[in-house]
Amino acid sequence: MLQHSVQMPLAAGQPTGYLHSTESGAGVDGPGMRFVFFMSGCQFRCQYCHNPDTWKLHAGRQLTLDEALDELAPYAGFLKFAGGVTISGGEPLMQPEFVGALLRAIKQRYGLHTALDTQGFLHAGISDDWLAAVDLVLLDIKHSDPARYQLITGQPLQPTLDFAQRLQRLGKPVWLRYVLVPGLTDGADDISRLADYVAGLGSIVQRVEVLPFHQMGAAKWAALGMAYPLADTPTPDAAAVAAARALFAARGLTVC
Amino acid sequence: MEAIAHNAVQADPWRGFTAGNWQNHVDVRQFIQLNYRPFTGDASFLAGASERTRKLWDVLGELLRQEREKGVLDVSADRATSITAHDAGYIDQSLELIVGLQTDAPLKRAIMPNGGLRMVEAGLAAYGFTLDPVIKEVWSKYRKSHNQGVFDTYTPEILAARKSGIITGLPDAYGRGRIIGDYRRVALYGTDFLRKERQQLFHELDDAVFTEDVLRQREELSEQFRALDELRQMAAKYGFDISRPAVNAREAVQWTYFAYLAAVKEQNGAAMSLGRIATFLDIYIERDLTAGVLSEEQAQELIDDLVIKLRIVRFLRTPEYDQLFSGDPTWVTECIGGMGEDGRTLVSKNSFRFLNTLYNLGPAPEPNLTVLWSTSLPQGFKDFCARVSIDTSSIQYENDDLMRPLWGDDYGIACCVSAMRIGKQMQFFGARANLAKAMLYAINGGVDEKSGAVVAHGFAPITDDVLDFDTVMARFDKMMDWLAATYVKALNCIHYMHDKYAYERIEMALHDRDILRTMACGIAGLSVAADSLSAIKHARVHVIRNEAGLAVDYRIEGDYPAYGNNDDRVDSMAVWLTETFMNKIKAQPYFYRNATPTQSVLTITSNVVYGKKTGNTPCGRRAGEPFAPGANPMNGRDVHGFVAAGASVAKLPYSAALDGISWTASATPDALGHTAEDRIANLSHCLDGFAAAGGFHVNVNVFRRETLLDAMEHPELYPQLTIRVSGYAVNFVKLTREQQLDVINRTFHASL
Repeated sequence: MLQHSVQMPLAAGQPTGYLHSTESGAGVDGPGMRFVFFMSGCQFRCQYCHNPDTWKLHAGRQLTLDEALDELAPYAGFLKFAGGVTISGGEPLMQPEFVGALLRAIKQRYGLHTALDTQGFLHAGISDDWLAAVDLVLLDIKHSDPARYQLITGQPLQPTLDFAQRLQRLGKPVWLRYVLVPGLTDGADDISRLADYVAGLGSIVQRVEVLPFHQMGAAKWAALGMAYPLADTPTPDAAAVAAARALFAARGLTVC
Repeated sequence: MEAIAHNAVQADPWRGFTAGNWQNHVDVRQFIQLNYRPFTGDASFLAGASERTRKLWDVLGELLRQEREKGVLDVSADRATSITAHDAGYIDQSLELIVGLQTDAPLKRAIMPNGGLRMVEAGLAAYGFTLDPVIKEVWSKYRKSHNQGVFDTYTPEILAARKSGIITGLPDAYGRGRIIGDYRRVALYGTDFLRKERQQLFHELDDAVFTEDVLRQREELSEQFRALDELRQMAAKYGFDISRPAVNAREAVQWTYFAYLAAVKEQNGAAMSLGRIATFLDIYIERDLTAGVLSEEQAQELIDDLVIKLRIVRFLRTPEYDQLFSGDPTWVTECIGGMGEDGRTLVSKNSFRFLNTLYNLGPAPEPNLTVLWSTSLPQGFKDFCARVSIDTSSIQYENDDLMRPLWGDDYGIACCVSAMRIGKQMQFFGARANLAKAMLYAINGGVDEKSGAVVAHGFAPITDDVLDFDTVMARFDKMMDWLAATYVKALNCIHYMHDKYAYERIEMALHDRDILRTMACGIAGLSVAADSLSAIKHARVHVIRNEAGLAVDYRIEGDYPAYGNNDDRVDSMAVWLTETFMNKIKAQPYFYRNATPTQSVLTITSNVVYGKKTGNTPCGRRAGEPFAPGANPMNGRDVHGFVAAGASVAKLPYSAALDGISWTASATPDALGHTAEDRIANLSHCLDGFAAAGGFHVNVNVFRRETLLDAMEHPELYPQLTIRVSGYAVNFVKLTREQQLDVINRTFHASL
């Protein structure tokens, strides 16, 4: 692993970022209990997004690095025992300077485990050194077929695959996340193709999380006055989830 | 098993034990320290329920079903209870390894008129039973009860405060409870040894100056001496000679249970806790396992059988009492785990066996299994606790790292959160004072906001249209002075009379002669009061008065920070309230029997009744709406998740609430992690984090909201559904509908 991370001048010219919200504890966003920074801003427009309220960068609350760290500070002692910090969104890589500084500061001040929850599309904007402050990447791949990917997200697939290759080169641990949406991402061939690809990434992939689509985001679409394309999509049944998981497991991947 | 019991008579009861001073003087802790075997492994050694256990539990299951239907299955209304009042009784004698019932039949309740005849009569009437006329005559003409004594001394203000509900739940009509006899002493020493000890302690006082204190103590020692013999007689009815020490594991369990049984035959205490017996009993089990005369399956059977008995401890109470405390609580609290002062863990294999009963017999509120959590506990035990919590929602956690420095490593928990050195300390239980209502009294000058009656005399109301923070604080401070004075006076009345008319003979026989007594006051409505102060300070609170000029509602302009979000602007107010009221209690001139005052932040389920009795509050809470339980944030106001809520609660200083601070947290399984292993690891880490942050107590509930909604509609499908409330567990289906809705509306942390 690369060790020469850049020391960020914290006092002078503090970077500022846009934050949607924080969550003081969550058991499903990385190992253990996590403090989660939900950054605002995302260039994707996923049809099944459950946080569409994070899409607009400037709809978030602007804050300085110190202010962000102040929100974390009361929990640092707890997190040392219980888990760590996850930077999610939105898409955190929309704000690479701020998020990078935040990750480094978390490492320096508190020595906590860090996770980055991303779809990787914007990875060209960050250096390998930037990634040194990240202990784990929660990599979200929406679909294995480029055309379907474009349809679902409004963006191409290739940058995300490039990011995965880069993580493999860096030996960076990855939890792969795949949202199972009936009629959209539940095709057995599509899942198998992804599973082959992920298995090819080798030992950096510590686990695969198949996340059943849920309707909890519907209210947010309504609140934003937007038509929800998946308003009538059901939650996948247990058998479908098990079948998807089995396709990953069959390739020797740890799945949950 | 039978063979062991018969051969045992000749054996040296202390064979193989490391010798020590415990053999000459009562010192159970030293016996444990010299002889127990810490266990650092995992749960893989445990045995499931035997066929015998399952059969016995099934027999009882049918009786429990009938009891749920009727409320009370049967009452022994023909006699006042005592240790020896009833003949031996059995569930099914051929199946029972550990025997003994409170009366002569399972789930048949005794009557205990020494506490108060009115409570007995009301309890009987409510369930269609009638009191024997002779008993009625005796307790109304010849024998005075605790209840009568108390009401002979109460002041008009105490009566008014009691009626309005600013002080509620006082043990003035029933047993005070919260006393833990050291039931282990009977197993380790037998009653002959213990009676001799009482005699010796009695004669040590022969040459003392006979003050009232000494005379009372001498009389008590004589009562204790007699009670120990009655305990022996009671055991003899079941065919056991407990004048001598227990010689094997089965006897140790049986002797310990007999001692506890004597206590619940005689006292209808608010909480009849068991103490800390698991690791003590493990010493006997280990000896028998090593000798090859007991198998793991048999060891588990003994504990399963004991727990079956503890699950059917019953008292006759009124429906109002049950409404206050929900269901049929007895608080048979057993403490499990913890660390020793020498750094070794006090977890033994038997700590696991006790928790394992929740699998072998299914979830249940009793015994109230309480894990003494330390960040230093062995990981195998931590993981098992987390697993049991996730599967059963039946255990609570208390911070051993906070308590051990104060109470040593042989303390137990009475009721929910009250720590006491076993056999060396007792408390005078004091229920709680309602701080939210006290604030309303400050605003209305001592006039009750619901009835319009003057409860606290000599106070002027606040006449401002918008509440001024400094004015409210000044008036509130004075009102808390009044409340503390009235409250402590009431407690002095109660405990003086309880000692006089309903003395706990057998429980105190299993204490040292000279003990520490605490006067355990309590507060309710902490989060409501803190949020109200926050609203007054950080927003604008307009007063709405009725035509009589009484402040009856409030209109809030702007936002205010609410307790439970790890925000110091308001959390500091909760801390201030806790410390201030404690100081006002401490400032009182007299505590009966030189008791040390303490307080708890605990409501059990009485938060619902406290809410009912309290009008609209400046925080925006509507009249009648339940308070949050214990030290919890108000429902729905903790919006930053489980960890933030826990961090707020952990700020309340234990030093200002040495009788305990209760927090109840509920999470859905999904929020704890994707896999069973993740959930276990995450919960265990959370408990470490909370303990390290100085949190005192947490109830952990893990279930889905839908499960509870379904259980409300189909209670017959969920006879054993157990949930934790403040300091205690209850059968969900035994709650009133209001309490069920309160539980469901309480913040569900879908994300922790």
